[in-house]
Amino acid sequence: MKIAVCIKQVVTREWQVRIDEAKTWVRDRDASWELNEPDAYALEEALRVKEKHGGEVIAVSAGPARVSQVIREALARGADRAIHVEGDALATADAWTTADALAAAIKDEHVDLVLTGLQSDDQGFAQVGVVLAERLGIAHSTIIMEVQIDSSTDAKQRLRVKRELEGGWFQWIAMPLPAVLTIQSGINQLRYATLKGIMAAKKKEVRVVPAPAAPPTRQRITSIHIPEKSKQTRVIGGSPAEAAKELVRVLRDEARVIS
Amino acid sequence: MSNVIVIAEQKDGSLNRASWESIAAAQLLGGPVTVVVPGTGVGAIATILAAADVAEVVALEHEALSVYTPDGFVQALAPVIAAAAPALVIAAHTYQARDFVPALAARLDRALVTDAIGARLENGRVVFTRQMFQGKVNADVVLEGPTPHVATFQIGAFRGDAVKKGASPAPVRTASASVDPAKIRQRPEPPFREAKQAVDLTQAERIVSVGRGIKGADHIPLAQQLATALDAELAASRPICDAGWVPMERQIGSSGQTVAPKLYLALGISGAIQHVVGMKGARTIVAVNKDADAPIFEVADYGIVGDLFEIVPAIIAALGR
Repeated sequence: MKIAVCIKQVVTREWQVRIDEAKTWVRDRDASWELNEPDAYALEEALRVKEKHGGEVIAVSAGPARVSQVIREALARGADRAIHVEGDALATADAWTTADALAAAIKDEHVDLVLTGLQSDDQGFAQVGVVLAERLGIAHSTIIMEVQIDSSTDAKQRLRVKRELEGGWFQWIAMPLPAVLTIQSGINQLRYATLKGIMAAKKKEVRVVPAPAAPPTRQRITSIHIPEKSKQTRVIGGSPAEAAKELVRVLRDEARVIS
Repeated sequence: MSNVIVIAEQKDGSLNRASWESIAAAQLLGGPVTVVVPGTGVGAIATILAAADVAEVVALEHEALSVYTPDGFVQALAPVIAAAAPALVIAAHTYQARDFVPALAARLDRALVTDAIGARLENGRVVFTRQMFQGKVNADVVLEGPTPHVATFQIGAFRGDAVKKGASPAPVRTASASVDPAKIRQRPEPPFREAKQAVDLTQAERIVSVGRGIKGADHIPLAQQLATALDAELAASRPICDAGWVPMERQIGSSGQTVAPKLYLALGISGAIQHVVGMKGARTIVAVNKDADAPIFEVADYGIVGDLFEIVPAIIAALGR
């Protein structure tokens, strides 16, 4: 099984957002970065498939030089090699541009499976995986909670995935390989890099390729702003004991939601 | 005014209520509005949708569409949209739309904005608003390139009850979709629920909900203690359920339950969009979080900025239990 995992580097969850001067992006020059969590679940799933069925896991990331951080993380966790599609503009690219960059890197690898998180924690388009499948001309399914591969049957019947639906419902879907799957969080328990893994990662191949010529931009941010509060939040101050007492009073006497 | 196509969603003869929200958006942004319902035997659904003030409702029929697949729906919808050449195509950002709308837009090679929370007309173009960085900022976005442009709206971004009704029912017609079943690569099996559906949080009057701020499974009993003291149910955001600290069936959010209790007490929950969509309808929302900038405070009626490990015991004490 040859598996490509598309991973994105995003600002850390705790990072305090600051909007840039032009108000079209954030001031992330000094931000802390991490591997997009849904992609971490996709990587973990790829490693489990490889452990079960044999093969190779290739981490792929499209972004500026700094995304080498998450590539090294993926290699340290167990990916065999990586491809870095490098370009500064990819940091703020729309989903089409990102999908094109990833497709250019993956298409000549002739992979059996492409896994990626269902969306990113920064822009949250939930588009790249599906558009990538269309660009590669292969089947896809999204929001996957389980992946089963049957090595015995022919390629058309080998993949079966459990797709999450709304309201606690699920659905199994049989598909041919090759396929693109977007992975839902909680599909597995994440492993973290061991010291041994970190050392081994230093010897693994990272092929850096320049970003292809970007297609015309399809989605453009005209302005970014902190959301206006539509609700009047009453912040209850004081010591924990004071705040707690006041909260209980308002819930009882004003909001009347407790007796 | 330029024409808009709304893709309505149904399953086994049941209309997804979010389709009304899509129609409300379409009525705001353009006109005439055509509603398209892909499926098999969806004439009755089309008739229900015809109550809206729209130009036409089309039941887009094919045997192969009786069960949803992305391949089937893209095959059916792409030529219809290309032929109609609307300015805008709108759908609700449901799990189904997430599965096929990006493929449809890519097939048509047309710009797509997903999970928009609003839209307005400005200088002759549509400006969409979407959330970024887990709801910490909003971005105004425009789509470029040839039309049609495609948009999915977050559930609740528009109100289904704001749909303008027509003076008389809109015309309904059935169209035969052009689908080659041999080209459908997905073979879905019947949907099912996982065994445990014991807790219906939608019926709870009070809910105490925990997020990442709870930090570990061994702190869950503290939250449960508060819930008991308030005569409330315990719930959690997705990451807490993924980690196994609280059972999956107590999950609130876009992939769990949507609730509107009298009281929702959010402990250590940042307020990421995926969670907020599941509880923003609560009558009174209280948030406890050590980060004053956490997006949860945007939806909270009352907030306490501080350490929940100090505040929760204090609330339990103040309740006198």
